Amino acid sequence: MTELATSSKSKRPQYRNINIFTDLPSYRLPVAGIVSILHRISGFIMFLLMPFIIWMFDTSVSSEFSFAKFKAVFNVGASGVFWKLVALALIWAYLHHFIAGVRHLWMDTSHAAVSKEFGKSSAVFTLAASIGFTLVLGAKLFGLY
Amino acid sequence: MAVNYGSKRIVSGAHYGLRDWLAQRVTAGIMALFTLIVLAQVMFTKGTIGYDKWAGIFSAQWMKALTFAVIVALLYHVWIGMRDIWMDYVTSSTAARLVLQVFTIVWLVSCAGWAVQVLWRL
Repeated sequence: MTELATSSKSKRPQYRNINIFTDLPSYRLPVAGIVSILHRISGFIMFLLMPFIIWMFDTSVSSEFSFAKFKAVFNVGASGVFWKLVALALIWAYLHHFIAGVRHLWMDTSHAAVSKEFGKSSAVFTLAASIGFTLVLGAKLFGLY
Repeated sequence: MAVNYGSKRIVSGAHYGLRDWLAQRVTAGIMALFTLIVLAQVMFTKGTIGYDKWAGIFSAQWMKALTFAVIVALLYHVWIGMRDIWMDYVTSSTAARLVLQVFTIVWLVSCAGWAVQVLWRL
């Protein structure tokens, strides 16, 4: 028992002031941690793309003429493919933020939902569902079905 | 009067940070509900959705009122989230953080104004 007290054990890495370049690549983030940082990243993406979201709302509801323009932007040429990809990024961001957000609300209101096991399985579900729905809607967006 | 700033600042106690925490969750709930309502209307619309049916969803007065509430909820929700991001990552310069926070407010208020304009000319 005395060995423990005198700290002769091999040194464990300490993470203080985590450096994004030297520490993060070796830092094994649990699935719940990945969901957490993606929740933040997806929120930030939607913040940046907010004018695009409102532009879509504006052109799609304002008039027949603007509705046609709205459709054309996504369907004409290489820029159409670009804007579809932007829309797909938004679709993913919204789905992830939504599902991870519901997971948050669930964890706020249930003690059972904050166990280590449930935290992991609900995080896996969040990733699988958000990516799955994104693929399904993305396939629809690009006219695969 | 008792000093409540600097090193004497009370950093714990009732409602410290609770209001924004709760507001973020309440606004999230409103927006999630709105998402389901829009989704349900899209899914229960018969036939291809063209301009008429799409704009029709938002032209009902109750839907306009609800959408307006959602825009306000979004404004508050995003402000709390973005403020958290700036507070977590922009720590070396108070001036830079202030500039980013002001930018966030201007960005959000501008977007909200635009959205309300779109909504009320429908």
